[in-house]
Amino acid sequence: MENKLNPSILTRRKFLQKSGGLTLGITALAAFPGMLATPREGLSTNGSQLTAWVNIQPDGKITIMNPAAEMGQGSMTALPVIIAEELDADWSQVVIEHSPNDVDTYGLERWGGRKIMLTVGSFTVSGYYESLRKAGAQARYVLLYSAAKKWGVPLEELKTNPSRILHPKTSQEISYGEIISDISMPESLPDLPLKDPENFQLIGSVMPRWDIPQKVDGSAIFAGDVRVPNMLYGVIERGKVHGAKPNLQNLSEIQEMEGIEEVVEMDYGVGIIASTIERALKAKKLLNIAWTNDTPSQGHGSQESFERYADLAGDATEKGKVLTEIGNVEHAKSEAHTTYEADYKNDYVYHAQMEPLNAMASVSPDGQSVEVWAGTQAAGSLSSTVAQVLGIEASQVKFHPQYLGGGLGRRSLHDYVIEAVKLSNAVKKPVKLIWTRQDDLQYGHYRPLSLQRMKASVGKNGGLLGLSHTIVGDGSNLLASGAKNAYYDIPNQHLEIRTVNNGIRLKHWRAVGHGPNKFAIESFIDELASDQGMDPLAYRQQLMHNHPRALATLNKASEMARWSEPAQEGRAKGVAFGERSGALVTGICEISLDPEKGKIRVHHFWMAVDAGTIVQPDNAIAQLEGGIIMGMSSVLQEQLTIVNGEVQQTNLHDYSLLRISDVPESMDIFLMPSMEAPEGIGEGSLPVVGGAIGNAFAALTGKRLRHLPFTPDRVKAALR
Amino acid sequence: MPTYTLSINRTPHTVEVEADTPLLWVLREHLQLTGTKYGCGMAQCGACTIHVNGNPVRSCIVPISSVKAEQEITTIEGLSESGDHPLQEAWVEAQVPQCGYCQSGQIMQAAALLAKNPQPDREEIIQFMNGNLCRCGTYMRIIKAIEMAAKPLESHGK
Repeated sequence: MENKLNPSILTRRKFLQKSGGLTLGITALAAFPGMLATPREGLSTNGSQLTAWVNIQPDGKITIMNPAAEMGQGSMTALPVIIAEELDADWSQVVIEHSPNDVDTYGLERWGGRKIMLTVGSFTVSGYYESLRKAGAQARYVLLYSAAKKWGVPLEELKTNPSRILHPKTSQEISYGEIISDISMPESLPDLPLKDPENFQLIGSVMPRWDIPQKVDGSAIFAGDVRVPNMLYGVIERGKVHGAKPNLQNLSEIQEMEGIEEVVEMDYGVGIIASTIERALKAKKLLNIAWTNDTPSQGHGSQESFERYADLAGDATEKGKVLTEIGNVEHAKSEAHTTYEADYKNDYVYHAQMEPLNAMASVSPDGQSVEVWAGTQAAGSLSSTVAQVLGIEASQVKFHPQYLGGGLGRRSLHDYVIEAVKLSNAVKKPVKLIWTRQDDLQYGHYRPLSLQRMKASVGKNGGLLGLSHTIVGDGSNLLASGAKNAYYDIPNQHLEIRTVNNGIRLKHWRAVGHGPNKFAIESFIDELASDQGMDPLAYRQQLMHNHPRALATLNKASEMARWSEPAQEGRAKGVAFGERSGALVTGICEISLDPEKGKIRVHHFWMAVDAGTIVQPDNAIAQLEGGIIMGMSSVLQEQLTIVNGEVQQTNLHDYSLLRISDVPESMDIFLMPSMEAPEGIGEGSLPVVGGAIGNAFAALTGKRLRHLPFTPDRVKAALR
Repeated sequence: MPTYTLSINRTPHTVEVEADTPLLWVLREHLQLTGTKYGCGMAQCGACTIHVNGNPVRSCIVPISSVKAEQEITTIEGLSESGDHPLQEAWVEAQVPQCGYCQSGQIMQAAALLAKNPQPDREEIIQFMNGNLCRCGTYMRIIKAIEMAAKPLESHGK
């Protein structure tokens, strides 16, 4: 379809794309109403010329592209809201579609200007905010330009109401849909002013999410729900030890089973392709595989690691990677009145997104092209990755993005997509790959187990002179996030990572290292405060008095939780502060304890959050609520253990997630009013949960919990 | 291979599958009723919850051979005519779902509760919903939505 375009218009379009610094807001569909019959075809195949964020049809329907994965975080609504705000669109006429998988057009500038389509790190809304405001303003400008031309009036005299253009002087009015038939492309785009945030109509107001109606009637489509003609089912048996190589003992037996199309021997597993899922799963159970036993993770035992890690933390000859060196902690120690040292630990945790991994791929009979259906956080690199697997051009990979039944970092890897492609390539037919829950759990990529050695030097008056934090574990940068201390003024600081290699697959898990690191830092700060006989909140107020925004969240949360009033009999409150992806968060919780069962009960959570401008406040609160729940789940019960390289848990009966019976009676979350740039919300609340609960426990019992999760055995041991 | 006739969402369906095939796969992969989800395969998460004669059942552990022809199966697709069951409306009103994967099961479980106990208190809600996991952590809003839907009928305007 795109070949039929008038070349002069194409040139102008290219010019506009360049002059705008971004894609033009209005697509060729608007300029060429004749193309309206096949809107998606023209957009998805040739992104370099026919790309844009907005498409308006004569009936007024406004289609806005969503470039990010929708995994529950709600950005598929939030991003179009930003465009619609500056476009001055009538939200009731907006329709949201997945954008084409075109990084140059729809990517986000990140990490030195490189464009990416990667939904991670809570940076989707904050990262796209300015560019999508511009895109919306550009689209509105083209509409104004066209109306000014049609009416022969100066553009400056035009105003808009949602989806309508007005010329007050002549009382003329036209809707966005009606102007489409008279659209004119401007020769250039001026530097367009953006709205004064005071005049926002959509940003900052409570609006329903686009995806929710489909998620209450069962019609939302996830990758596992996709069906195409002649589709087969794939499953893979992977080793109990990561990286072990299979040697299949009963190939012919499996091949002869009813409905088995193909057995695919891979370097770390055996794939089965069958006519139905139940046949594939039945064959999977009957596989007889001898596994190699020489992988790096062979011999790794998770719980034995802590002793080794502690030795490494204390080894004076060991030099790790130093991330912070301020002043001289050794000198501070020599001047200290009191010194402190404590180790904090955390076990491995598993993503446990509700939808086990899955993907569908259909390699063409000649092997030269492929279609992929998947829910992924990393759409931008999917095509090139898949192309490399097949040895074809990336342009021959057609990707159909789907909803993600949770991402949490796990779906930022392409392993499951590559597997689906390999299986399909073996039969040159569409294959839907399904991971069982056991596959997903045992062949996961986990948040690393680590040990944090905290040391402090405190002066005569109780002032914190020096803080040293040594992290020991596997996963290098995964361990680092959240360890740097940016809001407590401490004159001497040392932060170091000492790395080991256990051969276990590790990955970003919601908030990454912030969970373990903030737990260690916030617990330790609390210990120091109480040993000085100081209120832990007041102690923090002193330490962060030079950081007014962070301090404001502390003060607000204190007020919300009535910190100065004692908790009722048998309960206590705990506080923790953390920053993640730019959001500043103070959380306070109130707990009680069943000492016989070793069970901590969280009754209330109060939280004050400064994340700058909030695009979707109700959704932001929902994300923060969810982060508290996931935080509580990881802090109170989630534990993945490894013996001789083998993950010991098999399904959700022995990898325990927080259930509804353990939720607090109330959560009170306050978003600090702000005109500052938006910051990341999705991972903001989780990091403070461990510290808040642990500190409440210390306030209640006088005992410290220093090992995540706070299992009943550990709670009882601490009480002894 | 045996043939089974099932009444699903008040419509008869005939499928030819092995006797031990879990009802979940029959619904999802043979009949394309994909609103019911696979989460664990061992009745731990509740994502596959459907109704059999109005009772909430984990379809992942029900072999099709155990389903009788006269039993009425209801899935999320058949819970209401057009997504307007009071719980579905409350779910939208309270903006419950995030990733949404568990929510069909949550709603089916909650619908079975309200059918038996139209005005459950918070404790009854929590007890009845405890078998349904949500990794996004939407529990607070699930409780709120059930409480909203459980309001006296007259306040619904229906």
